Amino acid sequence: MIEFTMPSLGADMEAGTLREWHIEPGDYIEHGDIIADVETQKGIIEVECFDEGVVEKLLIKEDEKVPVGTVMALINPVGGEEREEAVVHEKPEKMHETRREPVPHVVSPVVEHHRIKISPLARKMAEENHVDYTVIKGSGEKGAIVKEDIEKAISQEEEQPKSTEEKPGTTTNFREAIAAAMTKSNREIPHYYLEIKVDMSKSLDWLAERNKQRQVKERILPIALLIKAVAKALQQVPDLNATWENGLVKKPEINPGLVISLRTGGIVVPAVRQADRKSIEEIMETLNNLIPRARSFKLRSSEISDGTVSITSLGEGGADRVYGVIYPPQVALIGLGSIKNEPWVENDMLGIRPVLSITLAADHRATDGHTGDRFLKALRQQLLNPEVL
Amino acid sequence: MHEQQTIEKITYRDALRQGLEEAMRKNDKVFLMGEDVGRYGGAFAVSKGLLEEFGADRIMDVPLSESGFVGAGIGAALGGMRPVVEVMTVNFSLLALDQVVNNAATLLHMSGGQLNVPVVIRISCGIGRQLAAQHSHSWEPIFAHIAGLKVLSVGTHEDARYMLGMALQELDPVVIFEYTAMLNHESEIHEDQIVRDIKKAKVRRGGKNLSIITYGAGVYKALEAAEKLMGVGIDTEVLDLRVLRPLDIDAIRATVTKTHRVLIIEEAWKSVGVAAEVTALIMEHAFYELDAPVERLCGAEVPIPYPKHLEDASIPQTEDIVDKVKKMVGK
Repeated sequence: MIEFTMPSLGADMEAGTLREWHIEPGDYIEHGDIIADVETQKGIIEVECFDEGVVEKLLIKEDEKVPVGTVMALINPVGGEEREEAVVHEKPEKMHETRREPVPHVVSPVVEHHRIKISPLARKMAEENHVDYTVIKGSGEKGAIVKEDIEKAISQEEEQPKSTEEKPGTTTNFREAIAAAMTKSNREIPHYYLEIKVDMSKSLDWLAERNKQRQVKERILPIALLIKAVAKALQQVPDLNATWENGLVKKPEINPGLVISLRTGGIVVPAVRQADRKSIEEIMETLNNLIPRARSFKLRSSEISDGTVSITSLGEGGADRVYGVIYPPQVALIGLGSIKNEPWVENDMLGIRPVLSITLAADHRATDGHTGDRFLKALRQQLLNPEVL
Repeated sequence: MHEQQTIEKITYRDALRQGLEEAMRKNDKVFLMGEDVGRYGGAFAVSKGLLEEFGADRIMDVPLSESGFVGAGIGAALGGMRPVVEVMTVNFSLLALDQVVNNAATLLHMSGGQLNVPVVIRISCGIGRQLAAQHSHSWEPIFAHIAGLKVLSVGTHEDARYMLGMALQELDPVVIFEYTAMLNHESEIHEDQIVRDIKKAKVRRGGKNLSIITYGAGVYKALEAAEKLMGVGIDTEVLDLRVLRPLDIDAIRATVTKTHRVLIIEEAWKSVGVAAEVTALIMEHAFYELDAPVERLCGAEVPIPYPKHLEDASIPQTEDIVDKVKKMVGK
């Protein structure tokens, strides 16, 4: 009999709440099937099962909170006489056990990790290449992960690391997670703020020109151009594309996270991976994919955790500027106000220009105002010369 | 040195005889003793014609007493000769085991390093000639267990031709296993398959998907299986252990590191055999190179049956190897 246990969905997770079973006793499940929704501090996460068999018994009721490692369900594996025998022997015992120990609170908090079948070679390769083999489906005998699976994972890595799907919920927990992160930020990070105003006429003209040839659906929005400009400016000032973990840790990839507010309240910050290497069109495509998924809570955990810097944008017609709170452990947040026509002085002449107010909130432990200033100037340079983007 | 044999096919029996003849001609201290080796020409005709060439002093018929004549051979070795003692079949070798273990393998130790025992014991063995349970043994694992011996297994014509000569260079006792079922098997002697030492295992066929590790009668079966497997796109390496004691750890590690998957073929009973020892060595020396569990195909743990179909079923056959490998690589 296979024991399906509360998985550890992050190093800091101690317990999880079962929100919903997707299975019932008697259901046949396959390796990789999503069998339950579990709520953690990070939100509601769909939990996969890595075994194949028939569900024997569900031991945890919905809305019960249990420690990581607690047996949640019993699965009867398919095939093998040996196993079937084991089932016969184990069944009565297990049922006694569950009766004797009414599940949630009595269960000892010993963390019992789900055993993953992986060959020694595959494990060694995974460790050397920093591949998370816990999310890989094995193609070897009895679902074991073998060399080929790791090789595939390595080659797919660049496109997108496979991961469990994560659904940030709209629950109190979700609000609590935002609260905790923002409190930590304001408590620990000494913010400094800088602002610059940029004449967006060249950028907007350039975009309008390019959008002329496109279908309405394919039009590029200013945010895609702005993300690209931010990424390029960060190339020049890499100190802001970093985290602070008892010291400045610069990140090799530039993955700006875009703050997206949810209609039901709360925010998520999915990352546009390697935005500096993507074209503006590719960034727009990524956004078209990310934003609807963010709003329907269908982001992958890697998309949420891979950000190296954050961008918050107010959109049109709203407040003029935004002074953001840094998302720890990142060290910078770029605030984009709304683009508005304003009086503008250039060459001692007064004119009307579409003006964008860009702010930078940065961690003073990590960088100084001079660095921030260099970044904003680099960003303005990009926006004044959109053709080089 | 010796005539080139690269084109002409010879039998395993003739290869053994050529090796013996060459050794006798090279060194007049070398002599052959055993049951029926002289006038009868050897129970399996390996020494046929040698009595005429070398005379009764050097091709010596002995009484039916394994303990007696193996002991005599050990004595001759201690006395400065280079005896080749033929034990007609491995079944009878048990009678001589006391001499082998307590004298041949142990005297160097007991004499404080003063007495080497340079005896070579040739033993016919194996399964597949319908000789029934009392005459179809694979005692390689028993001998390979004994410290103080060097144990060789003749799995190819090249080794049939040259292993004896190399064994006669050793200062200490060497046991050579020859396979009755292979005596009539014809093959060319391939230069590139000749190994000029008795320390190393030999990769008989290079491959990249899986390694078959085997010895003795398993070698040609494994090679035949490898050819068939190539037809379904599985490139199999075949490592012939050749030396069962001491095992060539480097060669075992190298093949595991290359293919990451191992099947061990052995005709002897599965439990506590050479295959088990090789498996343990892989765990100790190459665990992190494994991409799948090591598997074994060995002899069924029964007294070897007389009926042909049951005898065949009691040991791994080429088709069994092909099926097993396909399963292991998931095809």
